Amino acid sequence: MAQLEIKNVTRRFGDFVALDNVSLNIEAGEFFTLLGPSGCGKTTLLRMIAGFDMPDAGQILLDGKDLADIPPEKRPIHTVFQSYALFPHLTVAQNITFSLRMARNALSEVNARLQQSLDQMRLAGQADKYPHELSGGQKQRVALARALINRPRLLLLDESLAALDAKLREEVQVELINLQRDIGITFVFVTHAQTEALALSHRIAVLNHGRLEQVDEPSKLYGFPGNRFVADFIGHINQLEAQVLESVHSHLHLSVAGLGDIIAPPLPGAIPGQRGVFSIRPEQVRIGMHNELAELKNHFSGTIQSVLYQGDVSVYRVGLADGVTVEALLPNSAPGRAQLFEAGDTVKVGWRHDAGMLFHD
Amino acid sequence: MTKPYNSEARLGKYLVGGPPFLFLLLMFAAPAVITVIASLSYPGEFGGLAPLVARDPGTLHGVTLETYRFFFSDFIYIEIFLKSVLMASATTLFCLSLAYPLALLIARSPKKRRDRLVLLVILPFASNFLIRIYAWMIVLGPQSALSRLINGILSLFGLAPVHLLFSSFAVLIALVYVHLPFMVLPLYTNLEKHDPSLLDAAQDLGANAWQRFWRVTFPLSLPGVFAGTALVFIPALGMFAIPEILGGTGDMLIGNLIKEQFLVTRDWPFGATLSIMLTIAVLMIAWLTAKLGARRYV
Repeated sequence: MAQLEIKNVTRRFGDFVALDNVSLNIEAGEFFTLLGPSGCGKTTLLRMIAGFDMPDAGQILLDGKDLADIPPEKRPIHTVFQSYALFPHLTVAQNITFSLRMARNALSEVNARLQQSLDQMRLAGQADKYPHELSGGQKQRVALARALINRPRLLLLDESLAALDAKLREEVQVELINLQRDIGITFVFVTHAQTEALALSHRIAVLNHGRLEQVDEPSKLYGFPGNRFVADFIGHINQLEAQVLESVHSHLHLSVAGLGDIIAPPLPGAIPGQRGVFSIRPEQVRIGMHNELAELKNHFSGTIQSVLYQGDVSVYRVGLADGVTVEALLPNSAPGRAQLFEAGDTVKVGWRHDAGMLFHD
Repeated sequence: MTKPYNSEARLGKYLVGGPPFLFLLLMFAAPAVITVIASLSYPGEFGGLAPLVARDPGTLHGVTLETYRFFFSDFIYIEIFLKSVLMASATTLFCLSLAYPLALLIARSPKKRRDRLVLLVILPFASNFLIRIYAWMIVLGPQSALSRLINGILSLFGLAPVHLLFSSFAVLIALVYVHLPFMVLPLYTNLEKHDPSLLDAAQDLGANAWQRFWRVTFPLSLPGVFAGTALVFIPALGMFAIPEILGGTGDMLIGNLIKEQFLVTRDWPFGATLSIMLTIAVLMIAWLTAKLGARRYV
């Protein structure tokens, strides 16, 4: 039995369907992420798990028990809010021990747990400060400490890294992974930032328009997206209109507008004549000056249209025939050279026959 | 290069800040000094003040602390002071306990409705203050429905009828009535700004409705409570029109006493002394409120 079971949950706001028959199982000790664009229903689902909202249909079970009749203050579930929602009139220590004091724990117990929590979250010198005196990272750690001090069964994180700047966010991501591993509490994280989801999670559920698109491990989600939405939402991907010419056990033979015939990985159930979109990640597309790509089954001539230099990598937009373009991502690791190609260069592009995939319409 | 800009900026500052500064100097500081001088003078022969420097050395003139000695020598004046403080305190407490739920209700109603509800709170200001006080004479008069109802109930239990009008009760009810909006508005302004996610967080961490109010909403609203308290207590302390119209002979408050000294007894120095005592009391209370209301957080 999974720790948290979401069974056929539907939620409507007037005519708007925020969640449409969503079912999910979240295992104990898992770092689980709900990922999707804004308005996809992920925050609504999180609020229902916390108890601030109720499903119109379906059930939410924690350790096999239906949560429907349990108000938020009685659920062994705590939330780290997007804005942290630290109490401005209470010190760090008073904020962190809030849940213990509401439950009327003995003072000695409260103080012992506070010390432990302050040490664990590296807040030792901050106990008597007020939230407005803290940095963004410290506020985030206080919010985490406050939500974790009475060891909830489940910790919900609502876009909890969004308020941090990029550099700090990376540090906090690592801290969050280590913290979750050390304490073993199940984390349910909500975000619209796909890189964050990929970096943090054991498993990710992708939501769109209130429907569950795919639930999988980060590498599976990125490498084998189940549909066009997931492929496009997680990372970047080239999308080319294609038609199936031949479908056999070992490969697909496709006709792509502007490119001609290509060889693609097999797709069970594909039949000749079917139309769809051939998708391939930019880092799977290679670029060469001469004929070094000739051994690849899929290779074409093109012209570099633009270069986006990003430091560690560069993104090249290559124009092929009939106005079709593909993006290629190349590392800038060649010593002494800022970039390998320049706009206007005539180049060869190509990819392996087992790269990319077809999503049929 | 910077010089003309600086002198221009300074001129601008004087032009903007000058008129209100002059106004305060003329209308506040100067009368305050005059009041202090008046309190140290002898009363004039036919009211007013005796001159500080007399042309004829035979007449009463000069500076004296006589009025201050007089104030502290007779307990009745201090008693009226204490009674006024008590009345103002009761007014403040009643206003607070009526205004808090109302302000909370308005602050938590849908945004579109809030402005309309606030408008209703300040609507009484649309009619004249004295007319509203005289209206209470009718409401509380012996022939009013309210009086007859209360006395009817009292007679059922064999109790003697009461007079609502011309009593401390009438004074208190009108004081509360007049000052209520001054408590509602600062409370509402404070409560309206509260971040609703704090209440979610408190509930999420196990606080029930009662704990959410006392641990989060109330402490965060203290600046509003102190502002409202100052806005109600201070004018209520010096109020003379309400006790004059609705109070009985024994309901004289400090405001009435001061008015009496200037207009009836014509003892200006003593009236000035009482005014100064009132000002000192108000300043002390204002200082205490500011001290208590000072926030340790932003």
